[in-house]
Amino acid sequence: MSGAHYGLRDWLAQRFSAVIMLVYTLFMVGYSATQQALNYDTWHALFSHAWMRYFTLLFALSLYLHAWVGVRDILMDYVRATWIRLPLQVAAIVALLLYTMWIVTILWSVK
Amino acid sequence: MSLPKRTFDALVIGAGGGGLRAALQLAAADFKVAVVSKVFPTRSHTVAAQGGINAALGNVTPDNWYWHMYDTVKGSDYLGDQDAIEFMCRAAAQTVYELEHYGLPFSRLDNGKIYQRPFGGQSTELGQGQATRTCAAADRTGHAMLHTLYQQNIRAKTHFFDEFYAIDLVKDEEGYVLGAVALEIETGQPLLIEARATLLATGGAARIFRTSTNALINTGDGLGMALRAGIPLQDMEFFQFHPTGIAGVGNLISEAARGEGGYLINRLGERFMERHAPANKDLASRDIVSRAILVEIREGRGCGANNDHVLLKLDHLGADKITSRLPGVRDLARRFAHVDPIEAPIPVFPTAHYMMGGIPSNRHGQVVAPTVTGPEEPVPGLYAVGECACVSVHGANRLGGNSLLDIVVFGRAAGSHMLDYLRENPYPRPIPKDAPAPALARLARWERGGTGESIPEIREAMRRIMEEHCGVFRTGDSMQVGVDKMLALRERLAHAVLHDQSKIFNTARIEALELENMLETALASIVSACARAESRGAHSRVDFPARDDDNWLKHSLYFLAGTRLDYKPVRLKPLTVDSFPPLPRVY
Amino acid sequence: MRFSIYRYHPESGAKPVMQDYVLDIAPQGKMLLDAILALQESDPTLAVRRSCREGVCGSDAMNINGRNGLACVTPLADLKQPITLRPLPGLPVIRDLIVDLTQFYQQYRSIEPYLVNHDPEPEIERLQSPAERAELDGLYECILCACCSTACPSFWWNPDKFVGPAGLLQAYRFIADSRDQATNARLDDLEDPYRLFRCHSIMNCVAVCPKDLNPTEAIGKIKALLVNRTV
Repeated sequence: MSGAHYGLRDWLAQRFSAVIMLVYTLFMVGYSATQQALNYDTWHALFSHAWMRYFTLLFALSLYLHAWVGVRDILMDYVRATWIRLPLQVAAIVALLLYTMWIVTILWSVK
Repeated sequence: MSLPKRTFDALVIGAGGGGLRAALQLAAADFKVAVVSKVFPTRSHTVAAQGGINAALGNVTPDNWYWHMYDTVKGSDYLGDQDAIEFMCRAAAQTVYELEHYGLPFSRLDNGKIYQRPFGGQSTELGQGQATRTCAAADRTGHAMLHTLYQQNIRAKTHFFDEFYAIDLVKDEEGYVLGAVALEIETGQPLLIEARATLLATGGAARIFRTSTNALINTGDGLGMALRAGIPLQDMEFFQFHPTGIAGVGNLISEAARGEGGYLINRLGERFMERHAPANKDLASRDIVSRAILVEIREGRGCGANNDHVLLKLDHLGADKITSRLPGVRDLARRFAHVDPIEAPIPVFPTAHYMMGGIPSNRHGQVVAPTVTGPEEPVPGLYAVGECACVSVHGANRLGGNSLLDIVVFGRAAGSHMLDYLRENPYPRPIPKDAPAPALARLARWERGGTGESIPEIREAMRRIMEEHCGVFRTGDSMQVGVDKMLALRERLAHAVLHDQSKIFNTARIEALELENMLETALASIVSACARAESRGAHSRVDFPARDDDNWLKHSLYFLAGTRLDYKPVRLKPLTVDSFPPLPRVY
Repeated sequence: MRFSIYRYHPESGAKPVMQDYVLDIAPQGKMLLDAILALQESDPTLAVRRSCREGVCGSDAMNINGRNGLACVTPLADLKQPITLRPLPGLPVIRDLIVDLTQFYQQYRSIEPYLVNHDPEPEIERLQSPAERAELDGLYECILCACCSTACPSFWWNPDKFVGPAGLLQAYRFIADSRDQATNARLDDLEDPYRLFRCHSIMNCVAVCPKDLNPTEAIGKIKALLVNRTV
């Protein structure tokens, strides 16, 4: 046995998160197409539902997870020195965590 | 400059099937073994073997080793040593099973056993029916075998010196072989590799001919080394011409093509082997089929615009059989003959293929030479197996499928005997200070500057001489002219110069060293051929068309010193069974 | 015919250059290797590896008009002139068209490319049905020429950590062998984020393989096996 054993886990996570993002995107496209008009009121009505907030949060978390694996892949390919790669990876994680908190704040600020 | 030295228990020169099988035997017994190869091991020429390996497994038709022995003795035109042949045929099944256990991906029969196909010169019940004896991995058996053996050596942690070119053996005054000097091709630096036992497994030399089925690396390096170490070469007149090289280019079309049901036709569309070998037809032995093709062409029944080849017909076998059993043949035919054998026949011509002769050795792989006590005294510390060796199991003509068998059976046997030898000789003998000097002098010779002929010119001249004077059909007068020309060419080579004096990966320097070995091999072959006044197996004299057992049932030995010939008797007595007395050879 | 060939000779101290050659040769029926050997007769300093000249030993892999391939099975007539020859990309060049394949071979060794079977050895062959044996077709034929791995961007970035298409094809060759009993250990070895999962299905390996093998498909099958045993 050699190396770290998260290769499969991350690869799977990237694929599952992609599926969730796809479902969300299809929903949004479908929703947009079925509305008479798209204005503040229709969006406000949609995001007033609790299930929509959770659905959107799930989408955002999937996006961040997907982005994390993708960014890490790029860093693994192009940044060979661990002492540079590690801070960059930490920076990416911190940014994604901040985005997570931010989107929670945004979603639950809808009154 | 001091010569760097590495020390191992055993040294194997050559990483084809024979060398790797022996190395595996040694490494698996925890001896330190170095394998020196001028190419990465899986690029050795064993990789190009197609058809298969003979063993009387009886998976398709009833079979036993004794029938296999009979066929091999007959195929050898009774020049094969019957003790070695019995040893090989008895060991065949076990050796093949062992390869299967190592992982070799043999094709399979419906019952899960190893797939076997018919091959030339093989019979059941001592010549009665056609045997189905050749174990195959599609038509890539050599590739599968070489990779499997390399893989097992990775597992056994054999030490490889990849892209090191062996220059010469190192000996002491008493004649013990103590290792070799090799050139690291990448850096151009020589290295002394010390070992208590050394195995030559450097393969064949059919590149001495102009068209050849062989890889460009088959330059007889081990033969040259043996000659310079004072060891003779045995039966060098016997060079096999494979009936089905692709016409014009020489690439091999495996005998498996005929084993699977293909056959040869002439310009009249006639299946001419029915006339030349009524019983076995296209599966007669190779010397017979090659001569038949040349007779057809000479009598005006050749194919093509110049009537200069015949056709190998496979299209009647159907696409399924060709794609599953002969995918490599199809690939070669499409690439090199621009013909898809599913639709059209392949143009073929007899092409230099295999050297039956070589470094005289016994069934333990020991190199044997006439020294003090007799004609077959072992050279201490030196072994040889495979095409570079002459055991002799192939005699005057090798059967298809017996070369892969030869290399693994005797590679294994040599490895085992080397183990015994290493245990009996646990300490290295001192290397005399000047022992590596001849090898270094050989290298230094090519550092001489100035003007002179180039290597490619001389190499081409040598190949033309062999083609013109030492081909399938031979005459004494023509061969004598060839010998004189070859001697003159050797003189020219002594004055040739190298136009690239660089050290790093200098392929021109390697080619110069290879040509020295090839030229000595070619000279050995044509001198031995010129002397043998009979026709036997692959050696076919127009001026002496019959086999002459009274005078010539003996092995030739060619010595470098004075280009001298000597002879020794054929070992007609097998290990346990009765001898097969020489009979007329009919297929 | 016109050629433009990468020349590098470390002893000279000079930087690599593209050298132009003109060769009088009728391309019909000839392979690129024939032309290179002819060029060598007039310029013996041009270094190249070669052996079997029929595409089975894997020595003469090089970058031909921007695409990796074997010189000995590349028809000369099919090539656009000037024929540009470079060493395989992504590995250190030793000289001219010769690259240092150490990392490539090291990755091959790292997948433990040999059959593992712990059962007692039977006195005859281990049985394998034709269907089981057919699983190995398209895998065992690899000649280790390195065309695929040196066409793979993931291998260029991480030749020390990513096994590369050739090694992974061989890893699957043993996983797929009904006689091999080390599947779990082999999968464990590849679960790492580098060794297998640097493959992003770019499929350059498939495009260049001179034996028409499909490493990407084999990698996909390894991933499927990993998923199967995990979820």
